[in-house]
Amino acid sequence: MITQIIYKALLASFILVLSLVVAMYSTLIERKVAGWFQDRHGPNRAGPWGLLQPLADGLKLFFKEEFMPASADKFLYILGPSLTMFVALLTSAAIPWGPDIVINGVVYPMQVADVNIGILYVFAILSIGVYGIMIGGWASNNKYALLGAVRASSQMISYELAMSLSIITIVMMSGSLSMREIVAQQHGFHWNILYQPLGFLIFLVCAFAETNRAPFDLPECETELVGGYHTEYSSMKLGFYLFAEYINMFISGAVMATLFLGGYHFPGIDKLGLSPNVFAFVSFMVLFTKITFFGFIYMWIRWTLPRFRYDQLMKLGWKSLIPLAILNVVITGVVILLNQ
Amino acid sequence: MKNLTNRSKIVSNKKMSFRERIYFPAILGGMRITFGHLFRRKTTVQYPEVTREFSDIYRGKHVLKRDDEGRERCTACGLCAVACPAEAITMVSAERKPGEEHLYREEKYAIVYEINMLRCIFCGDCEEACPKEAIFLTPEIVKSEYQRDRFIYGKDVLVEPADPAKRVDVSKRQTAKVLEFKKDKRYKHNK
Repeated sequence: MITQIIYKALLASFILVLSLVVAMYSTLIERKVAGWFQDRHGPNRAGPWGLLQPLADGLKLFFKEEFMPASADKFLYILGPSLTMFVALLTSAAIPWGPDIVINGVVYPMQVADVNIGILYVFAILSIGVYGIMIGGWASNNKYALLGAVRASSQMISYELAMSLSIITIVMMSGSLSMREIVAQQHGFHWNILYQPLGFLIFLVCAFAETNRAPFDLPECETELVGGYHTEYSSMKLGFYLFAEYINMFISGAVMATLFLGGYHFPGIDKLGLSPNVFAFVSFMVLFTKITFFGFIYMWIRWTLPRFRYDQLMKLGWKSLIPLAILNVVITGVVILLNQ
Repeated sequence: MKNLTNRSKIVSNKKMSFRERIYFPAILGGMRITFGHLFRRKTTVQYPEVTREFSDIYRGKHVLKRDDEGRERCTACGLCAVACPAEAITMVSAERKPGEEHLYREEKYAIVYEINMLRCIFCGDCEEACPKEAIFLTPEIVKSEYQRDRFIYGKDVLVEPADPAKRVDVSKRQTAKVLEFKKDKRYKHNK
């Protein structure tokens, strides 16, 4: 029992550190990829290939002046970025990072919490995420920040609907809300993306909107709203907001990989004949590769597409994605019924 | 109006077709284009390690030339300061004392000669105005500084070293054609 608790604590801290390090280096990779897309090199001065750039950026954010507007609500102003960061880090608990590890005959699952309503948990946490932005924008007492916050909340609420609807088909197919169960059912190459391509597409689009990434980065829309919801933030509070975005990218990549790309499963998973622990490591790396792939897609899209106009965003969400998602649910239901 | 290129497209506000309305073909097309750029040759010049190729007659930092015997050519006539459109050049003249003949070529010389590099627009008019072939622009770049007053270059920076091996070569800016041009009758004083 004690070993299990220690193991869980270790795993939780490992995943925490992993998300933070990945988010840290995502900022570098984002800038590198942006550079390459624009025929530039990207940052390459701080350390070899710019590897120390995230450290330099972090250091800079820590040492910057901590500015707070005089008319800001102090408590909420601090709560905003804290909540965003907190919520961003919470989601990873329900994600199965790999198959079980066996040490001395005892089985340790590579998942912090095997909640039997894993998907609901993830979505519950995701919807809290909007509060961080809303509170921060509201507390700044700045019209641009408020506009950004209002945009963010309406955008995230609108796209959550289509997102949940696209997930319902996965739940219908697997008959379970547990992330672990859903991954187990995608064993080998029975990935959900092959059965639910439309659902995946809808989920992908909604994930962009949920993480406030381009082309749906209207909440921060620097051309119209100065800096959007974080206009009045500086120093590490701003850092938290920016950082949370990258953690969200990482986690949403993990969720997408788990729900649609078979989690840690890969074709030919049974033929390798590895010992359980090596196998667990390989599987984890496979999952990580899939997440990296999604991270790259995020950046690829960001440096390809211009920002949507707000009415286009709303039209896409309410008039296209939600009807499509409902249609997808209906079709899936009919097919499941016919196959019974 | 006649088109300058044949790449212009006629824009219309027609309703988008279904293909256009679902965005995805266009998005994939865009992603293909950006992906192509991922492996292109980078256009960046990695400056301190690599320098861009400069023209031989690049107009950079000035040099005050000495003559073959190592004497300063400048005679503080002030024509460069007058010609300067940015009013970057100031000078104070002084009379050559007996015994200083090996230092200054003429009886009058510039005891102070300052160019404000923040004002200078590197047009080269000073060089063109100079009757004594004393000032030239070189391909050397004016370095960045932390203080503004350090951009005012005095004689210590501008005058070339007397050591013949360390002389600044301006032959590219002083071709036969240029010399011929300077012999124009309007420059009679230049003989």
